[in-house]
Amino acid sequence: MIRALHRWPGLLALALVTVLSLSGAALSVFPVAERIAAPQSDQTLTVAALANRIQANYPGVEQIRRAPSGRITAYWFDQGAPGAAVIDPATGEGVASADPNQTQRWLTNLHRSLFLGDGGRIAMAAGAAAMLILSLSGAALVARRAGGWRHWFAHLRGPLAGRLHVEIARIAVIGLVLSSTTALWMTASTFDLLPDGGILPAATEASGETGFAPGRMPTLRQTPVAELRELSFPYPGDATDMFTLKTDRGTGYLDQGDGALLAWADLTGWERVSETIYMLHTGQGAATLGLVLGLMALGVPAMGATGVLVWLAGRRGRPRIRGNQPAGRAETILLVGSEGGSTWGFAATLHAALTQAGQSVHVGPMSGFAPQRYARAERIILLAATYGDGAAPATAKGFLDRLNTPSRAPDIPLAVLGFGDRSFPAYCAFAKSVAAAAQARGWPELLPQGTIDRQSPQDFARWGRALGDALGIDLELSHQPVQPQATTLTVVSRRDYGAEVQAPTAILRFALPRASLWQRLLGCGFARFQAGDLIGILPEGGAVPRLYSLASGRRDGFVEIVVKKHPGGLCSGQLTALQPGDTVAAFLRRNPGFRVGRGKAPLILIGAGTGIGPLAGFIRGNARRRPIHLFFGMRHPGSDFFYGEEIPGWQDEGRLTQLVTAVSRGARPHYVQDALRGEAAQVADLIRNGARVMVCGGRDMAAGVADALAEILAPAGLTPALLKAEGRYVEDVY
Amino acid sequence: MKSLLATLALTTALTLPGLAMARPVTLTTTLNNYGGDGAYLALYVTDTSGAYVGSLWMAGGKSKYYEHLSDWYRATGGDTAQVNGITGASVGGGRTLEITLDLADALFDAGYTLHIDAAVEDMRDSPNEVAVPLTTTGAGTPMRGRRYVASFAYDM
Repeated sequence: MIRALHRWPGLLALALVTVLSLSGAALSVFPVAERIAAPQSDQTLTVAALANRIQANYPGVEQIRRAPSGRITAYWFDQGAPGAAVIDPATGEGVASADPNQTQRWLTNLHRSLFLGDGGRIAMAAGAAAMLILSLSGAALVARRAGGWRHWFAHLRGPLAGRLHVEIARIAVIGLVLSSTTALWMTASTFDLLPDGGILPAATEASGETGFAPGRMPTLRQTPVAELRELSFPYPGDATDMFTLKTDRGTGYLDQGDGALLAWADLTGWERVSETIYMLHTGQGAATLGLVLGLMALGVPAMGATGVLVWLAGRRGRPRIRGNQPAGRAETILLVGSEGGSTWGFAATLHAALTQAGQSVHVGPMSGFAPQRYARAERIILLAATYGDGAAPATAKGFLDRLNTPSRAPDIPLAVLGFGDRSFPAYCAFAKSVAAAAQARGWPELLPQGTIDRQSPQDFARWGRALGDALGIDLELSHQPVQPQATTLTVVSRRDYGAEVQAPTAILRFALPRASLWQRLLGCGFARFQAGDLIGILPEGGAVPRLYSLASGRRDGFVEIVVKKHPGGLCSGQLTALQPGDTVAAFLRRNPGFRVGRGKAPLILIGAGTGIGPLAGFIRGNARRRPIHLFFGMRHPGSDFFYGEEIPGWQDEGRLTQLVTAVSRGARPHYVQDALRGEAAQVADLIRNGARVMVCGGRDMAAGVADALAEILAPAGLTPALLKAEGRYVEDVY
Repeated sequence: MKSLLATLALTTALTLPGLAMARPVTLTTTLNNYGGDGAYLALYVTDTSGAYVGSLWMAGGKSKYYEHLSDWYRATGGDTAQVNGITGASVGGGRTLEITLDLADALFDAGYTLHIDAAVEDMRDSPNEVAVPLTTTGAGTPMRGRRYVASFAYDM
C-alpha cells in the first residue's frame, strides 16, 4: 500500500517535481547573494537616523524598504521623475540599482506558476502535494526497509540505483517535507484560504501641521533599522496625510506635524505564522537555511531517475506466467512473497517445471492467500522473501493474519521456501515465521522449510530435487535469473596448487577486458569492480552459472579468481583446464555486502582454501596500510598455500600486519577456527576495539568460525549476531 | 492590445439619489515597460474633500496584495466587497487596460477625482499614480502617471 502510494505519485508527478526542485534550487542562491551584496547597517542605527540620511540625499523620498536580507531600498521623485536605489545605510546614498533581477523573476514565475497564472499555481501546488506524499511514503519505506526508524542511517545493500535512491532520500527528506508543506501553506495564503491578512490601525485625524523631520520623531528614534520593513512618507503638501511605519511588530501612523504615534496595530498571530513560513520556504531572512533546502531539492531529479530505474528493474524482474491455472482448479498452489520482484522469476521456473510434469499449478501473491478457494489443491508451496528485519515483503502483506484466522481445519500439506541473503542477521526471517505459524496452526508439512541464499540457482535446484522426491516426480529446476551481458575474458596466467593433497586448485588471472565508454560512464560490467565482487561463469553444457569471488579489483589491472576442481564439477573442471590464451564468457555481479569499507579499524580476515581469494585481494589493495590480520586454513603448506609467494612481500610493505595459518593435514590437524582460539585474547581485544571481521570459505568452516568467535567474545559480552547487526561481521559463504 | 469591456452596475455610492442619468464612459490605461510582473491597479473616485466615494475597477485578483495599493487600502480598510464583480487580471508592462462602464452624470464637473493606485511585486508601491478631476471638458485628454502609467484617458 505504502509502496503504491510512493510509486504512482512519483511517476505521475516526475516532471512537475523536477521543474519545482530545479527552479527551487536555483532560486535558493539569490537570498544568499543578496545577503552578501547588500550593505548592512550597524546594530545601533535607528530608523530616524536612516530616514534623515536618505532624505538629505534624496529630498523627494517617498518610501524606504528593508528586505529580510538587510538590503535597504529607497524610492523617490526628483522633479517629477521616479528614482530608486539600494542604499548604503552608513551614508544614505544609493549604491546599486533597485530594479528587480530578471533571472530571479523568470525563475520565480516558473517555480510558482509555470507562467500559467492561477492554473499553473494550482498545478505547482499539486506538484508540492505529490512531493509531500512522496516524502512521507518514502520515509515510511526507508524505515521499513532498514527495520525501523531507529535504523534510519543503517548501512545499505543492494543494487546501486536503489541504494542511491535511499541514500539521497534519507538526507533530503527533511528539506523536501519542509519545502512542500510551506509551499502548500503559501498557495493557500495566495488563494485567500487562510485568515492571514493584515489589519490596519484604526483611522485617525492628523494634526494638520507639517514639517516635523522624521529624524526627530520619538517612535523612529526608538526603532532600530534591523526591525524596519517599510517607512512611507506623506505626500508633499497634503497636511491630512501621515507617515506609515511597518516593522517586525506591526504597523503604525505617525503625524507629520508633531511626530506623534497616531495609531498602531500589532501583527496578528496568523500573519506571524505566514511570514515565518514564507521565510522558511524562500530563505529570505534565512539565507543559509534556504541554500541547504536548495541543495536538498537538487536530490529530487536524481531520486526521480533512480526511482524510475528501480521501478523498471522491478517490472523486468517479474516474468509473465504462461498457462497459469485458476486457484479453484489447481492441484498445486504456488504463492509468492516478493519485494523487488526476483522471487517471481523462481516461481515462474517452478510453475513451468511442475506444469511440464503434468501438474495444474496456480501462481499468485501470498497476500491473496484464501484456502477456502483451493477446492482441488493437494499442496501449497510458499516462496517467501524477507523485507528488512524480518517483515513481510510487498506481495505477502497480511499473509500471517490470514493464516491465523480460524477457518476450516487445515489439511493441505504446505512447503515454505525462504529467499534471503545469509549476510543479513534476519536471514529468511519471514519465511521462518511463516513456517512456524503454519506449524502452530496445524498445517501438515510437505517439506521442511528450505532457504535460498542470494538467489542461488544451485540452492534452488537442490530444493527442487527434494520437492520432486516428496511429490514422487523427477523435478529438475534450472532457474536462470536474467543474466547480464557476458564479457569474454582471456587467461593470461595460471598457477597450480594442491595436486599433492587431492585438491587441485588454480589461481587464474585474466586480462582486464576493454570497457566501452558507456560502461565506463555508468560504471557497469567490468568497468568497475573490487575484490570480493563476484563473477558468474556459465559452463558449456550447463544451464546455471557458477559464481566465483574476485581476488582482484579493477585497479590491479587484471581479473583473478581461485578455483578448486571439484570431482565431476562441470564449471570448475572447465575452468581448471584453461591455459593462457584460452577464453571464457563471464559477467560481473556486485557483492556490496562483502567490502572492506572505508574506516581505519583493523580487519580480521578469516578464510580457508579457495576462500582466501577475495581476502588476498583486500590485502593486495590495502594501499592505506590498514592493520590486517589474516587467519588462513590450508591442507599442507607445501602444496596449497595459495598466495604463499606474495604474502611475505605484502607483510614487508605493511599491507598485511599478521598472518596466522592452520594446517589440517599432518600430525596435529589444525583448522582455522583452532587458529582463532589460539589467538583468542588478541582477537577479542581487536574486536572490542572496533575491528571488522570478514569470513570467506565453505559453509562448515564459516559455522566453525562463528562458534569459535562466540566462545572468544562471550567474556566481552559480544556475540557474532551482535557484530553482524552492526555490519562488523560479514560472510561470503558457498 | 488587451481590451476589456465591462458594464458596471454602479455601486450605491456612485448612484446619487434622484440622479438616475448615466452615460457610458471608457477608461483607457496604458502602462509603460517598467520591467516587472503584472501591475495591480485600483481605480476609484474621491469627492471634493478627498473622501473615498467608490471603486470603479480592480486589476489584480489576489486580495493579499491589495495592501500595496496603499491609498485605496487605507480608504476602504482593504474591504474586498468594494470591488466585488469589478475585478479583473493584473496588467503587464506595455499593455493597455480598457474598461467601459456607466457612470452617473452627477460625477462630472462636481469636484470628484478619479485615482489610480498601482503596485508591482518587488517594485515601488505607487499610490496616487494618477489623480484626475472628472470634468466633461477633460474627457479625451491623455495624461501620464507618476511611475507605471504611460497614458490614461477617459472618453465619453
